[in-house]
Amino acid sequence: MRVSFTVNGRDESVDDVWAGESLLYVLRERVGLPGSKNACEQGECGSCTVYLDGTPVCSCLVAAGQAEGRQVRTVEGLADGDRLDPVQEAFVECGAVQCGFCTPGLIVQAHDLIERVPDPSDAEIREALAGNLCRCTGYEKILDAVRLAASRKAVTP
Amino acid sequence: MEFLRPTTWAEALAAKADQPEAVPIQGGTDVMVEINFDVHRPPALLDLNQVGELATWSREGDTYRVGAGLPYVTIIEELGGVLPGLAQASRTVGSPQIRNRGTVGGNLGAASPAGDSHPPLLAAGAVVEVESRARGVRMIPAHEFYLGVKRSALEPDELIRAVRVEAARGPQYFSKVGTRNAMVIAVCSFSVALHPGERRVGTGIGSAAPTPRRALEAEEFLAGELDWDARLDSAVLKRFGELCSRAASPIDDVRGTADYRRHAIAVMARRTLTWAWNDYRKVRAA
Repeated sequence: MRVSFTVNGRDESVDDVWAGESLLYVLRERVGLPGSKNACEQGECGSCTVYLDGTPVCSCLVAAGQAEGRQVRTVEGLADGDRLDPVQEAFVECGAVQCGFCTPGLIVQAHDLIERVPDPSDAEIREALAGNLCRCTGYEKILDAVRLAASRKAVTP
Repeated sequence: MEFLRPTTWAEALAAKADQPEAVPIQGGTDVMVEINFDVHRPPALLDLNQVGELATWSREGDTYRVGAGLPYVTIIEELGGVLPGLAQASRTVGSPQIRNRGTVGGNLGAASPAGDSHPPLLAAGAVVEVESRARGVRMIPAHEFYLGVKRSALEPDELIRAVRVEAARGPQYFSKVGTRNAMVIAVCSFSVALHPGERRVGTGIGSAAPTPRRALEAEEFLAGELDWDARLDSAVLKRFGELCSRAASPIDDVRGTADYRRHAIAVMARRTLTWAWNDYRKVRAA
């Protein structure tokens, strides 16, 4: 089947999509956006988190056909040209990245958190990131990065 | 595999009637896992995301009609005050990403004994609204809906349209045992709902029997023994825990042993009843 949707503001139309294919597979293998990572394929790890019509979801659990006519925003769509999004900048500055595999999902999820909750408490950050697994960092630097990004957003909305 | 995309409820019923083996998909949080892991290869997926009415809720008198496609996040944000048991259970589902997509309709369709929404639906006396093109609407009480492990009373040509739950008239609580506070399939779970008008306590046991089930003997015991004008008697509380535990018929599996589950059900039954009773007494005193 053909699936047409908008990715990071650009219209995409993909042919020969298998009915059981995930949105994640389409993004990575057919649209050429490998930023969203494929790890658990069962919604446990959050590495494939993307915005679907503005809501963060695990793209491995969205059937490609369900994206028909909808807006998808991936980690590739957060930066403005060469200018990183404040959440991305904060991850770099805080050393919140080690192997990097969980990073795209965490960045999308953290981006959503500080859009919705401008000054999140530590409990709110932990709750928001509960579905994103990182096996390297121990999360402390990630929490630092989210706090930093939130504080900058508060200064320059 | 076909991908069916009805845009109205009538089209959805027609698609299910014509292809009863089509698997309905809402948030995909169960269905896609099975496809990704090649556990299940249905001949067709029936995407219900475009049937907009399923993702809404409405109120009819004292009853809330929760659309089968309403995601958990909306139940938490909009129905926590009136359906507290279901909202508490919804908060424990997966992660934020899963709660953004997962639905009660999907939980019912999957009919896993470990589904988080089942115990509060049982305790509250919810009714599942299902429909087929051939026979129209059927109302199935939650306690008659679950028939076996991942088996329900839903016929192959039927779809779940909504679940009807009365607004809570008394305190409701949900409790769940797992290894962390997120991303946990219940080792076991328990829900209690006080119905002060009827002097009745509803119960729901999760993940400790082939199906979610009520602890009927425990409910009957409380109907006879509970003094609604007094503090909770410790002997009554203990007996309630024992009877709830006895209502379970758990197995040993990777998440826990049968013995542990029987023990934990008694603990959760006592705790949730105590929490509910304390709230009830506080409300009455105020």
